[in-house]
Amino acid sequence: MTKRITVRYFAGFREKAGTDEEEVNIEVATAGDVFALLKHRHGSTEPLGHCKVAINDEMADWSSNVNDGDTVLLFPPVAGG
Amino acid sequence: MRISKDRIEPDKLRDELVDRGAGAFVSFEGWIRNQNEGQEVVRLEYEVYEPIAIKDGEKIIEEAKKKFPVLHADCVHRSGLLEIGECAVWVGVTSAHRDEAFAACRYIIDQVKVRLPIWKKEHYAKGHSGWVNCERCATHGHQHSSTVASG
Repeated sequence: MTKRITVRYFAGFREKAGTDEEEVNIEVATAGDVFALLKHRHGSTEPLGHCKVAINDEMADWSSNVNDGDTVLLFPPVAGG
Repeated sequence: MRISKDRIEPDKLRDELVDRGAGAFVSFEGWIRNQNEGQEVVRLEYEVYEPIAIKDGEKIIEEAKKKFPVLHADCVHRSGLLEIGECAVWVGVTSAHRDEAFAACRYIIDQVKVRLPIWKKEHYAKGHSGWVNCERCATHGHQHSSTVASG
């Protein structure tokens, strides 16, 4: 089933995607499927295991379900401190 | 947990934690250094996704308070452009005795570094710039997990 998802990119991902946000209509089930979009559409080579994801401002897992209307936030490797 | 666009003032933050029941105060300051991996750094830029950084930063502080019998704990992280020598992150903990203050302070800074959505871009003397990856990811193929304590 096609879902309307808002994808937000941060730091290096924003630079790679050339935008901080885009709306997409895609067949996705999980947050991991959305990460694949970054790879295929924008050519990111960052391994998934180094990155993090949040859905609607809550930290999530790559296996978390993505629902129609969700905002998925893709975080490259964090480097606070 | 606070994210600040302005300079961190450790003395003021320390005063906020003063407690007559405290026998120990431990703080950590992360400073901007002038080199990284052989490259001369001239300034550093922090990007913070504040809604989650604040919310999950509060969670980390609450976890520290549950794990260790401390009186007060707080953390402030900078955002925006920082110059060499500036304080990027401050953690302060008070407790009755020193052991738990050291342990809680260490827990908070380690978790802040691996869990919060904060990124830094180094600007180098030669004119280029680059996003810094977690050092452990880059060197050890480390996979982040909320249950893993940083070393």
